[in-house]
Amino acid sequence: MLRIACPWCGARDETEFGYGGEAHVALPADAAQLSDAAWAEYLFMRSNPKGRHRERWVHTHGCRRWFNVVRDTTTERIFAVYLAGSPPAQLPDEPA
Amino acid sequence: MGDDASMRRFIGRDLVLGECPARACVELRGDPDDASFVRAVRTVTDLPLPLDPGRSAAGLLASILWLGPDRWLVCSDTQAGSDLAASLRAALAAIACAVVDVGAARIVYAVGGSNARAVLAKGCSLDLHERKFPLGHCAQTLLAKAPVLVHLSGAEPTFEIHVARSLRDYAWAWLRAAASEYAAEADDA
Ligand SMILES: [Zn+2]
Repeated sequence: MLRIACPWCGARDETEFGYGGEAHVALPADAAQLSDAAWAEYLFMRSNPKGRHRERWVHTHGCRRWFNVVRDTTTERIFAVYLAGSPPAQLPDEPA
Repeated sequence: MGDDASMRRFIGRDLVLGECPARACVELRGDPDDASFVRAVRTVTDLPLPLDPGRSAAGLLASILWLGPDRWLVCSDTQAGSDLAASLRAALAAIACAVVDVGAARIVYAVGGSNARAVLAKGCSLDLHERKFPLGHCAQTLLAKAPVLVHLSGAEPTFEIHVARSLRDYAWAWLRAAASEYAAEADDA
């Protein structure tokens, strides 16, 4: 099980959290004008990397807040936790 | 179902479990950076709004438990929930906030005595040692998979466990089972 450090509550078990997929996927400004293909690109396509991934988590059974995490999808190591709404965190370049 | 609250009591070795009488609980949301919001809550509760995670404030009229950076639980044993909610709503009328009487949705079990931490540790991954979870601390977490609010309300220690009313029987059954090794000597077998 992962231990995730909620920015407010501190380290808690993964079972207290919900996963929200890739972070920083912004709604296109011209959403009403998009072609079906562009809309599908926004709605369904994700980077799905093998390695460091910026993703959203919510502390469902704690403070109920959303926040962002940088996690390595192969090692499960968590590199950073940062507030929702802040700019994308730098990905660490050292090997896992 | 069937048994009333007064029957939910277990006394073991250095351990007491019991259901607390119905308590007024009002969930409050607002902006802690808005001084008028903090001031209005203070006029109703005579308490400072706890701003740090896991902190609470307790007084004669009410207690306030931190639930999130903009969410608190205001509890009272001396006022009805509807009255407490009405006074908060009146004081906060001009301020962007939310006041919801949630008392009917939850019940509170007390787990007290020097074996209380050992009982809760069987189903809760929080470190409840007094160094990490001092008097007055509160946290929302899972206890035996049930979402709960844990509050160290007394130094004896006494932990208060807020749980959804729909999980009342489940939580009691779990607490009773977790407490069974501390039963009085006669039923140790
Ligand atoms: Zn949290």
